[in-house]
Amino acid sequence: MRVGIVTFPGSLDDRDAARAVRFAGAEPVAVWHGDDDLGGVDAVVLPGGFSYGDYLRCGAIARFAPVMRTLVERAREGMPVLGICNGFQILCEAHLLPGALIRNDVQTFVCRDQALTVENASTAWTSDYRLGQQVVVPLKSGEGGYVAPQATLDALEGEGRVVVRYAGSNPNGSLRDIAGITSENGRVVGLMPHPEHAIDALTGPGTDGLGFFSSVLASVVSA
Amino acid sequence: MSVVVEVMPKPEILDPQGQAVLRALHRLGFTQVAGVRQGKRFELEVDGEIDEEALARIEEAASTLLANPVIEDHTVHVGATVHDETA
Repeated sequence: MRVGIVTFPGSLDDRDAARAVRFAGAEPVAVWHGDDDLGGVDAVVLPGGFSYGDYLRCGAIARFAPVMRTLVERAREGMPVLGICNGFQILCEAHLLPGALIRNDVQTFVCRDQALTVENASTAWTSDYRLGQQVVVPLKSGEGGYVAPQATLDALEGEGRVVVRYAGSNPNGSLRDIAGITSENGRVVGLMPHPEHAIDALTGPGTDGLGFFSSVLASVVSA
Repeated sequence: MSVVVEVMPKPEILDPQGQAVLRALHRLGFTQVAGVRQGKRFELEVDGEIDEEALARIEEAASTLLANPVIEDHTVHVGATVHDETA
């Protein structure tokens, strides 16, 4: 299985995302933001970082990169897409996921190992977790406050589309402690915390994040 | 001619930048300031006549890229640039 990792100008975590994909047993494929196609990959990760220097709004310019046209089409057809941090912001700007991310309510960048509760263990990226499982992965973002209109939040909750929620104290003012959400079909997932930094005890707080990358293997085989 | 697009966070959306600016103003003694909301102003230099069609295109540009309608409101109007106004 081949998983594309898109690099935008300003992406930071593309290498770690590729390493996580490899650890999970898939083949990472580098995809450039200026490419018109995805090179026939089976799934895509939009990594964290500061694409286009976060100019205008986080993800607002990356969302119109050439590669995004194909990505949005393929995602709507059911290709699994995982957006981490800046990748989550890009998915919201591209309207593949509802809502938006705004500056943390604490007004500072937050960098810490964050406990999360898995609230949907049936998406393409979380099927290797148990419902209610608590995991710890790094969170590092300045604009991680998830906001959406009340009706959208109610719909997300009602349809079980909140994938992970912050456990313990809310780090950034995200409404209803939402750390990550999924699309209606459960194939597109975006979250602010960084599972790709928690796949190896040598370089992270543990291996709790690996499940995101192993889950997608099963989802593509079964699709 | 210039077209000015102004973008503001929606009233119900928290504005941490505005809050930080307000606190700094108070620290500096500008205590009569009761609230700050921080937005963005874009000055677009436009070729040709600015008719209704041109404004409609700029409205489209504003809602597509310059503002995120989920969290921001915007206005579009024909106007001078800041430097023109102060010249």
